[in-house]
Amino acid sequence: MTQTHDTLRGRLYAFFLRSEPVRGFALLSPTLLIMLAGMCVPFVILVAMSFWTQHVFEFDTTLSLTNYNEIVDKPMYRVLLTRSLAISGACTVATVLLAYPMAYYVAFHVHRHKMVWIVLMTLPFWSSYLLRVFAWKIILGYNGAINASFMGLGWLEKPLEFLLYSPTAVVITLTHAWAAFAILPIYVSLEKIDRSLLEAATDLGDGPVKRFIGVTLPLSLPGVIAASLLIFIPTVGDFVTPALVGGPDGAMIANLIQVQFARVNNWPMGAALSLAMMVIIAAISLLYIWTARRFTEYGR
Amino acid sequence: MSEISYIQRPNRPLHVYAFGYIAFLYIPVLFLPLFSFNDSIYFAFPIEEFTTEWYRQMFEHQAMHAALANSLKVGAVASVLATVLGVFGAKAVTRYRIPGKKSLIFVIMLPLVVPGILLGVALLLMLSRLGITLSLYTVTMGHVLICTPFAMATLIPRFEGFDRAMEEASADLGANAWSTFWRVTLPMVLPGVVASLLLCFTISFDEFIIAFMLTGTDPTLPIFMYSQLRFPARLPPTVALGSIIIFVSFVVLCFSLWLRRYGVEESASDGVRP
Repeated sequence: MTQTHDTLRGRLYAFFLRSEPVRGFALLSPTLLIMLAGMCVPFVILVAMSFWTQHVFEFDTTLSLTNYNEIVDKPMYRVLLTRSLAISGACTVATVLLAYPMAYYVAFHVHRHKMVWIVLMTLPFWSSYLLRVFAWKIILGYNGAINASFMGLGWLEKPLEFLLYSPTAVVITLTHAWAAFAILPIYVSLEKIDRSLLEAATDLGDGPVKRFIGVTLPLSLPGVIAASLLIFIPTVGDFVTPALVGGPDGAMIANLIQVQFARVNNWPMGAALSLAMMVIIAAISLLYIWTARRFTEYGR
Repeated sequence: MSEISYIQRPNRPLHVYAFGYIAFLYIPVLFLPLFSFNDSIYFAFPIEEFTTEWYRQMFEHQAMHAALANSLKVGAVASVLATVLGVFGAKAVTRYRIPGKKSLIFVIMLPLVVPGILLGVALLLMLSRLGITLSLYTVTMGHVLICTPFAMATLIPRFEGFDRAMEEASADLGANAWSTFWRVTLPMVLPGVVASLLLCFTISFDEFIIAFMLTGTDPTLPIFMYSQLRFPARLPPTVALGSIIIFVSFVVLCFSLWLRRYGVEESASDGVRP
């Protein structure tokens, strides 16, 4: 009895040892299964629930498009969705534009202690996100750093009120909070550029500007594209920043989604809004990648 | 040489811009320690007298201590679990030919490209369908999900970086798979494991939106701080704690970067050696 058991086990073991994919899968499976259970199962439930409707304290589980119709019909949902996209679009553009020269500087003009500069640029990013957002409240507030110093210098008669609790405040805060996500990918793509290409361009008579537009910029585009997606995708769904510095005019879609699960208590609507947000983000990202690919191919 | 210096000649405006940008990154963060010593409950200028009152209050704040303890617990458990999953995953994808490897890695990396609110909402729906009560366990679960991709991304280069022949040599000399892992593989990837633990802990410790959706009656520290931000009188001790956290996280991060660099330099010199 033990004999057959042992040989069976031995054979299984031999098969297990011999087959590389099987061993690989076995090793990968704990991670993969947990990620599948934690991502896919909730997502399926989310999709299902977005077609339900809320009846006071119970869900009506008959499938209907009620929530989606409401998202399309009610101006409030449309306004918040477009505003979220506009704010994080503006933030993405601002962050990339501000970070590019910084990354360029470290890639091309810093020759010693590059690592120190990279650490210096990413360090603030590791402090609490919540506290960094709160810090901007101190800076942009009615008696905040900007108003107080400008009034102290006599440049302002009375404090600027539009600084805090506005979409502008959200864009400024996000631009600061997500800087590292732009600097690092752009830096990596600039660092990868073969310096002999720049020498070649110079030898062939290109000036600094032409060389930048013709060689450096196109070759760094993968970094720019990665950076914009890394910033755009999460900031559309950001909750903390609009909640703390946005005010009523700067509220974004995540705030609206969160309310559906708290005060409003309409979970199916919250599910539908989350899904609508994700679909729009995915569509914009894919369109962006597609356009960027075509653009870079034409450039070559 | 002249061409290179032409391309890389010093650029004064860019130099100034770089320092300006670093100031833009740091000044807002430094406002918190500044105001944590300010003798006023309002975070506004002008600055009043110097005080350590807020730090004293912080040490007596029971609810804050509870929240801090919760965050430390969640962070510790989540970072260990995520790193273990990361070790399994990283070893599997670097050591074995697995069909469809790219799409499997994509599935594991998915939380990186999904907005936190969506993941939080989806997990909340699943937990409520399963009838699981929200608690620190559910928050930990959410954090394991978002930390695992980071653990994998940190560990994969470590596994790629060391010579597979070492493991084979160990097997040839008669060590079984388990002792090869403990005696050979783990020591060699250890800097990566420590870096992954620190990274995952930092992410979990700082994470807000998933914890906000999945927390029960025990708040984690970010949730607690968020609840305090509305009340001016309760804010200063929170900011005092925040200043300490910023300081500690800077120290920890520098340590982890040093560790990672140490690892990289060591493997680089390994490559140079004949």
